[in-house]
Amino acid sequence: MRALTWQGTKDVRVETVPDPQILNPRDAIIEVTSTAICGSDLHIYDGVIPGMRAGDILGHEFMGRVVDAGRGSSLRKGQRVVVPFTISCGTCFFCASGFHSACDNSNPVETQDATETMFGHAMSGIFGYSHLTGGYAGGQAEYVRVPFSDVGPIPVPDDLPDDQVLFLSDILPTGWMAAENCDIRPGDTIAVWGCGPVGLFAVQSALLMGAGQVIAIDHHPNRLELAASLGAKPVNYRESHVAEALMEMTGGIGPDAVIDAVGMESHGLAPDRLMDRAKQAVGIGVDGIHALRAAIHACRKGGRVSVPGVHGGFADTFPTGAVMQKGLTLRSGQTHVQRYMPSLLHRIAEGEIDTTFLISHRLPLEEAARGYEGFRDEQDRWTKVVLKTPAADWSG
Amino acid sequence: MAGRRALGWLILGGGIAAVAVLAWQSAQPPRGNRDSAPGRTARRTRWGEYAVTGHSVTIARPRAELYAFWRRFANLPQFMANLDSVAEEEGLTRWTIRAPMGRTVEVRTRIVTDQPGEVIAWRSVEGSEIDTSGKVMFADAPAGRGTVVTAIIAWDPPFGALGQMVARASGRAPGVQSRHELKRFKMLMETGEIATARRRPEE
Repeated sequence: MRALTWQGTKDVRVETVPDPQILNPRDAIIEVTSTAICGSDLHIYDGVIPGMRAGDILGHEFMGRVVDAGRGSSLRKGQRVVVPFTISCGTCFFCASGFHSACDNSNPVETQDATETMFGHAMSGIFGYSHLTGGYAGGQAEYVRVPFSDVGPIPVPDDLPDDQVLFLSDILPTGWMAAENCDIRPGDTIAVWGCGPVGLFAVQSALLMGAGQVIAIDHHPNRLELAASLGAKPVNYRESHVAEALMEMTGGIGPDAVIDAVGMESHGLAPDRLMDRAKQAVGIGVDGIHALRAAIHACRKGGRVSVPGVHGGFADTFPTGAVMQKGLTLRSGQTHVQRYMPSLLHRIAEGEIDTTFLISHRLPLEEAARGYEGFRDEQDRWTKVVLKTPAADWSG
Repeated sequence: MAGRRALGWLILGGGIAAVAVLAWQSAQPPRGNRDSAPGRTARRTRWGEYAVTGHSVTIARPRAELYAFWRRFANLPQFMANLDSVAEEEGLTRWTIRAPMGRTVEVRTRIVTDQPGEVIAWRSVEGSEIDTSGKVMFADAPAGRGTVVTAIIAWDPPFGALGQMVARASGRAPGVQSRHELKRFKMLMETGEIATARRRPEE
């Protein structure tokens, strides 16, 4: 089959690799129709995610048809499914409690040691996201082996085209959980740093949850326009002083909750960001947390800080003082996709949520490398890239 | 001497990995950390002639089921990667453990304690290639979370402290092995399979 493989920093190629097979009873093999490049794939592309090996197949947002199912799978051949990026067993304490992204049993034992050492506990398995999360082959390929296929993949009705449901795999529930972690009360002001796909879906979700106003912060004009079209008030940090603007837009109180939808490769103009970047460049490997610092600084006293952005290591000058003195609550985590999929699919089917506004580019899988380049280097215009395999129906 | 070298590479495979310190504990006055932490977490890892390691894992299955699965020693190679086979003979258990370069190490043990649903402990007998003992305990986890399984192993490290350091550096220390085996045991009991990221059987 053909698959997008990581070869090194800023070097991804579509290559021919052997097809996957069923190995465990609960496995299924999915023939991918549509798969997307995620903003978090850019962290891998940029070489800031450790635990990558040349030849790894990327991609954790994908959907397609079941072509083979093990005896423990609940799927049937021919079923059309969207697959969550998190691999979850469904039976451990965490899965049973709805914390699917904290699954104890999906990261193979051999690859648990690294994150156990780094974070104190092992991460769960994730498709196409380094050997820290199992080294599972990802979905930017024609076929994928999907473990625990009785728990993860959600069947979707044939009348909903790929482009309407594909983002159930990651960014839609991730934006939703980011808003949920803000514990929104009617009339609240929510400030969102980053108008990438997750930030935009967080904007949409926060408004659905009853926020009074959502303020979206970025510097890409097109992305800010997309946020505005969803109902957010855009603030361009190249044009305005964000902290002052947020105070003035909230009557001197500050946002009730803030969302860091940027993560570890934060851009920005502030000196702290340059310091982070310099340390990343010389290989000290700290996370850039400029957006998170700014969000914590802006958040009102007793407010909530929600962090869907990907962070992977350690950060310097984390504002512990502001967190403690203002009594902030910090919530984060990889998304518990399985927890949110059914209700979000329902909202899509009911026409309450549209996800297709985000897609700027549809490319054949063969041109995936071009997709990475564009998504990284022309962020204003390339808001979301969907890759189509030969099995896809291009009408959507 | 070949035996000694094999020991040097010994991966207790976790098979033995569950093995008990009971007999040895009763022979010596307790020493070590004086707080409430389990002795196996003490900064000091040598206890007399023996190295000791141990781990706990919580498994969302009933105690009796986990005990029964473990007590049938022939089941253990399903999740103990370096355990080649287990055989019962003349009241003893013979463990064949894979060592590097196609070699195997044999350990013979006898059960010293067996309380259904609670504990299995065993100790190597005269003539075993490794002097070791251990136990595996099963206790109800709080709040209906299942069972806390604790495995403790003591062994006389080949080449003493130096051998222990080499084993640890090469990732083949029984401590690492037993932690991995317990996680695989949890996977098998909770999900019916052991997670792998491979795409094809030959990988």
